[in-house]
Amino acid sequence: MLYVVIVYLWAAILLYLLLGGADFGAGIIELFTSGANKKRTQKTMYKAIGPVWEANHMWLIITIVILFVGFPSIYSTMSVYLHIPLAIMLLGIIARGTAFTFRHYDAVVDDMQVVYSRIFVYSSFITPLFLGIIAGSAVSGQIDTHANTFLSAFIFSWLHLFSVSVGLFTVAICGFLAAVYLIGETDNKTDRNRYINKALIMNIAAVICGGLVFVAAYADEVPLTDWIFGNAAGITAICAATLSLLLLWYLLYKGKTRILRILAGFQVTMILLTTTFRHFPNIVILKNGGYLSLLEHRGYDKTINMLGMALLLGSIFILPALFYLIYSFQKKVESKEA
Amino acid sequence: MNDFIAARSQMALSLGFHIVFSCIGMVMPFFMAVAHYYWLKTHNVVYRNITKAWSKGVAIFFATGAVSGTVLSFELGLLWPTFMKHAGPIFGMPFSLEGTAFFIEAIALGFFLYGWNRFNPWFHWVTGLIVGISGLLSGILVVAANGWMNSPSGFDFVNGQYINVDPVKAMFNDAWFSQALHMCIAAFVSTGFAVAGIHALMILKGRNVAFHKKAFKIAAVFSAVFAVLQPISGDISAKDVSQRQPAKLAAMEAHFHTDKNVPLIIGGIPDVKNQKVDYAVKIPGLLSYMTKGDVNAEVKGLDSIPVEDHPPVAITHYAFQVMVGLGMLMLLIAVLYLIAILKKKDWLERKWLLKLFVTATPMGFIAVEAGWAVTEVGRQPWIIQGIMRTADAVTPMPGIHYSFYIFTAVYISLAIVVTFMLYRQIKMVGKLYDIPSGSDQLKV
Ligand code: HDD
Ligand code: HEM
Ligand code: HEM
Repeated sequence: MLYVVIVYLWAAILLYLLLGGADFGAGIIELFTSGANKKRTQKTMYKAIGPVWEANHMWLIITIVILFVGFPSIYSTMSVYLHIPLAIMLLGIIARGTAFTFRHYDAVVDDMQVVYSRIFVYSSFITPLFLGIIAGSAVSGQIDTHANTFLSAFIFSWLHLFSVSVGLFTVAICGFLAAVYLIGETDNKTDRNRYINKALIMNIAAVICGGLVFVAAYADEVPLTDWIFGNAAGITAICAATLSLLLLWYLLYKGKTRILRILAGFQVTMILLTTTFRHFPNIVILKNGGYLSLLEHRGYDKTINMLGMALLLGSIFILPALFYLIYSFQKKVESKEA
Repeated sequence: MNDFIAARSQMALSLGFHIVFSCIGMVMPFFMAVAHYYWLKTHNVVYRNITKAWSKGVAIFFATGAVSGTVLSFELGLLWPTFMKHAGPIFGMPFSLEGTAFFIEAIALGFFLYGWNRFNPWFHWVTGLIVGISGLLSGILVVAANGWMNSPSGFDFVNGQYINVDPVKAMFNDAWFSQALHMCIAAFVSTGFAVAGIHALMILKGRNVAFHKKAFKIAAVFSAVFAVLQPISGDISAKDVSQRQPAKLAAMEAHFHTDKNVPLIIGGIPDVKNQKVDYAVKIPGLLSYMTKGDVNAEVKGLDSIPVEDHPPVAITHYAFQVMVGLGMLMLLIAVLYLIAILKKKDWLERKWLLKLFVTATPMGFIAVEAGWAVTEVGRQPWIIQGIMRTADAVTPMPGIHYSFYIFTAVYISLAIVVTFMLYRQIKMVGKLYDIPSGSDQLKV
């Protein structure tokens, strides 16, 4: 059961990155879209993410629940030492979620819309930035459980080059996912080209930020290259991701939406896989060289079993319904296109 | 403000904020289902308009409820890491199931909000009902987790170690039933009175009367029925508390000295130093009777509990008075309304009845907040009753008061914006829904 729970944890993180990421990305795209096109982007975006918006949000909650039920000491260590970035991320989530809904549901359309939009786009940028910072800090080896100053315990645990570049990388990935997703959501030619363009820019930004992550890893002595190139699986995955990049550019050029989406998803999956595979089961690396391991720092066996059962049972109910939801709205879009 | 007080205040603020949205999220789907049902049965457009108008409101509340809930699941760790480290795996069962319930709720809401004219009307109706049922279910599950904090079970506590953990037993702790029952009823009462009050006000103002009358009736019937059930369930809760948390009961009643034939104290100002209550109305023997079913039974006072384990008496006592007082007022209004619809139909046309409902608009929610203050403040100084002290659970990170100020500012602005939007939503009713027409003028 332990492994079932771990697979769910990993899958929840991946799905949050993919679906929630596309969702954040839509706001990032809007941030980098100017003037007249903004309105059109907002429209496409609402059509695309509106129906599943609430559901996307759940992956994060599942991640948290699995952590505190199944791996309580990992959850509490992260909560203590990464308190500040977590709190900022939370503020971002509040601002984003409410601004998005308010913008759509306000009965009167006036200047408030501009305020909601501004809050929405900035928090769409901040939230994934801090998500990335949190993820980066967890593995950076900067969390010092013996620190005795405020700065070293609660600030330098997360504020360093490596985690910030992981944060920027996350932002770029989100923007990229959203652009790729939006291409398929519009039948207007100019809009399509605009999204293709955006996808390309975001992809390049992701590659640059990715490079930055390596540089920062080197500077902050995070053995990232070792994790990725230290074993065959890592090399294969990273090669697959890089090669598919070429294919992706080609498809982008051709504007083939469906394969493009799958490919973009595949790339992000590979990235997450390579970065987590090598140091599994350690998900938090501490300053003193210690680890918090999913295998050693787990909760009671009985709890893990029940948690696994709850997750499996939940999936039986949820997945068919979720697919049906996505399917019905996909079908609707297609029938309109035809 | 020290960090400990700041952490407690931030937790209380976040929960107090969330509970309003969760009550609405649990109950409005049922109101909508009723309106929706009438629309499908009678094809009276007013009912469809009510359903749509409400569902717009619910979408706003749902989003705010969802983000504030997400914040809570992080805050448990951010503010109380030691608590979560030990309690998480024991009382986590309801939270893992709750995840499923929320997920179903969110998916069903997606179907419901975007499903107008897209699905078979009855399938569409059922998705709305599922939103309500799964919302209620998730409410019950979280309250079960809170029940565990009041009545820890499902483990053995030996030399500071938690052993023989059984998450299922922990979920079905002694407090879960009375608390979940009382909470679900409270959600119906509070949301019912709030919604009925707003529509009553619009009827009195003479705006879109056809629309508001029908909306008022649905909400008022729900609120009246549940307001009658509330004191009954409150009585079950009080008996339950007297068993598992005598200190909380004593604080609720400001009952200082263990005694037989104990009176029920209504109102009054507790004087903790001199261990007495001034200016209170006393009903002889009633507290003994309410807790044990016998006017001569002994009820433990605060003197039987070590001083360091006393909860804050004044807050708990006042909060309890507020809850019960409002409960009685709402019961009265409910009885009058029930008489009106069953016997005295002409009352329904009278202004005084509507005015009563208008005054009752905030009562339910104030009672809910007060009730939670009783439960949570009455449990102090324990975070897990008898096992872990709140002071030992708090995060070691200094400077929590800054985070408290920031969150307070955010929650206050959110409350203002939500109120403002609701106001605009109601003002638009005339424009959007006044002229009944077969065509679908409103795009959701
Ligand atoms: C509409 C709201 C409302 C109303 C009218 C009442 N209550 Fe209540 N009460 C709640 C809303 C509430 C609540 C907010 O839902 C609480 C907090 C925790 C809980 O489970 O329910 C609660 C808690 C609560 C507790 C503490 C339970 C515990 O700590 O486990 C008791 C003893 C009562 N109530 C008793 C009553 C009585 C005797 C009432 C008589 C009229 C009453 N309540 C009306
Ligand atoms: C939503 C309704 C709820 C409200 C309005 C509420 C209210 C409060 C209040 C007023 C406090 C502060 C008590 C004090 O410090 O004197 C508090 C503390 C707390 N509550 Fe609740 N509560 C609610 C439900 C819950 C639930 C369902 C849980 C957990 C499953 C929970 C967990 C906690 C924790 C961990 C604390 C901090 C520790 C403590 O003060 O004991 N609460 N809550
Ligand atoms: C008595 C206390 C509580 C009740 C009755 C309650 C009930 C609900 C309900 C009905 C919703 C659905 C949102 C809506 O429809 O507006 C909700 C949302 C949520 N609640 Fe609470 N809740 C309580 C306390 C808590 C606590 C203590 C936590 C965290 C530890 C929590 C976590 C959440 C989360 C994560 C969501 C968002 C789920 C989503 O996205 O749909 N809740 N709650």
